[in-house]
Amino acid sequence: MKEIRIHGRGGQGAVTTSQLLAIAAFHDGKRAQAFPAFGVERRGAPVQAFTRISETEIKTRQQVYEPDYVIVLDASLCASVDVAEGIKKKGLIIVNSDKDAKELGLNGKNYTAHTINVTKAALDLIGKPFVNTGIIGAFAGLTKELSLSALEKAIDERFEGKAEVAEKNKQVIRLLYNQCGEIGKCKIKK
Amino acid sequence: MRKVESAAAAIAEAVKLCDVKVMPMYPITPSTLIPERLSEFVNNGEMDAEMIHVESEHSAASAMIGSILCGARSFTATASQGLALMFEILPIISGLRLPAVMAVANRSLSAPLNIWNDHSDSVSARDQGWIQLYAESAQEALDTTIQAYKIAESGNVLLPVMVCIDGFTLSHVYENIDVPERGEVDKFLPAFAPEYALDPEKPLTFGPIVFPDSFMEFKKAQEEAMENSAKAIAKANNDFGKMFGRKYGNGLVETYRMDDAEHAILGIGTLCTTSRSVVDKLRANKIKAGMIRVRCLRPFPKEDLQKLAKKLKTIAVIDRHISLGFEGALATDVKSALSELRKKPFIACHIAGLGGRDITEKHLEFALKQGMRKKAGGWLL
Repeated sequence: MKEIRIHGRGGQGAVTTSQLLAIAAFHDGKRAQAFPAFGVERRGAPVQAFTRISETEIKTRQQVYEPDYVIVLDASLCASVDVAEGIKKKGLIIVNSDKDAKELGLNGKNYTAHTINVTKAALDLIGKPFVNTGIIGAFAGLTKELSLSALEKAIDERFEGKAEVAEKNKQVIRLLYNQCGEIGKCKIKK
Repeated sequence: MRKVESAAAAIAEAVKLCDVKVMPMYPITPSTLIPERLSEFVNNGEMDAEMIHVESEHSAASAMIGSILCGARSFTATASQGLALMFEILPIISGLRLPAVMAVANRSLSAPLNIWNDHSDSVSARDQGWIQLYAESAQEALDTTIQAYKIAESGNVLLPVMVCIDGFTLSHVYENIDVPERGEVDKFLPAFAPEYALDPEKPLTFGPIVFPDSFMEFKKAQEEAMENSAKAIAKANNDFGKMFGRKYGNGLVETYRMDDAEHAILGIGTLCTTSRSVVDKLRANKIKAGMIRVRCLRPFPKEDLQKLAKKLKTIAVIDRHISLGFEGALATDVKSALSELRKKPFIACHIAGLGGRDITEKHLEFALKQGMRKKAGGWLL
């Protein structure tokens, strides 16, 4: 079982990210669980959401305290929230940022941190700074926990009846999946 | 059809499959996802049903009386203070022997204001003549909603059913579900055909005053119906299992690794999922642990618990509820049910998860080990 914690700000769609990962896992034939950390839903406030992905039945419903992977949708959170809290040894943190991970203070010894500019990809291809879809492409590219086709199916499902929007989101996902796949090859050890 | 959905949406899918005709709704967090999804079904023509936008939960419950008396299968959903506002109507629905089905997305009762999960709302209503079933997963929430109509409408039952899911901790969790085909559900659950309904051609009176010379007979009949319902719940679970391949224990109680268990965690709802990993972990450390999940709080599965408890050394009862001034309601019920046993296990009763406090694997392991040390329970903060 792999556990993922997603950090975002209210309105960025961290909960949607967690759900898209779960739906994609389902399309890969896995069991999944996605749920928000139940806090106050204010725009801009730090929020968290969780996803569990497993080949077998998931026998827990506690929140995720020791994630294998952490996804950060807004790099400014790294200054106020300990995004590495509880992360498993050799865990991976993926941050949406144009900065280097070290500049964000993510230089822990037990984990790897990667930054990827999801905002830019979204602005280029969707025309709006929606990062909660693109990030799943980066996640899957780096970790290979989910297949690209499963991600695309998850997007089609979420944007049912909005083929054009779905296609733009899939473009971002494909771009980041491939970019991160190249990084993943040399740096991520499974 | 297999997909990933929230438990709340899973219940809405079930309501659609049951061909419910009237849905008086007053949204309240965390049950709101249910009327939201049902509104979509009505709006896009997937459901041929009347959604009544009532002005309060009191009216939602009241409208169900009218709609069921007219012979329409009916549904509503609520939580917390919404259920509290319905309270006046709850015993009227059960006393009139109306097979209503209501989903409760369990939430704490205010004050202090809190929108998250515990069982204060539905457990406070457990004495009002409603059957209470508590689901552990989104799949079970869906399946239980379908079974609920089958149970409620059984000829020797005719009692309302609450289908309870942990608010947020289950209602808002997206997970794998398998939605049955409409045709299959139709075979399991025939159309609602009440023996008595309002009909201008054949006038009947429902709910007249009953004097002291016969009131107790009405209550005794209700109690007998409750006793009958235990069999109907077991049968619905079995028949459903045969048709759809999914069963939840014997319908009243579900267990995990209890065959040779000496120590058990006993609880309701989603904390039982987490208990499963705790049991696995303890078993790996040579502790003979198991889990007992009370799926049905009313009627209370006394005999089942007696049978299970006979072989146990300790039980850790985890209540997501407290009857202020005494203890958790489940603890009281369990101790009462086991009082007749000659050899009783040591019972440690814990209060946990109030107002959405996460119930962790650590909490549950601690609770079970407290019992093993013969130490009394307490608050799992």
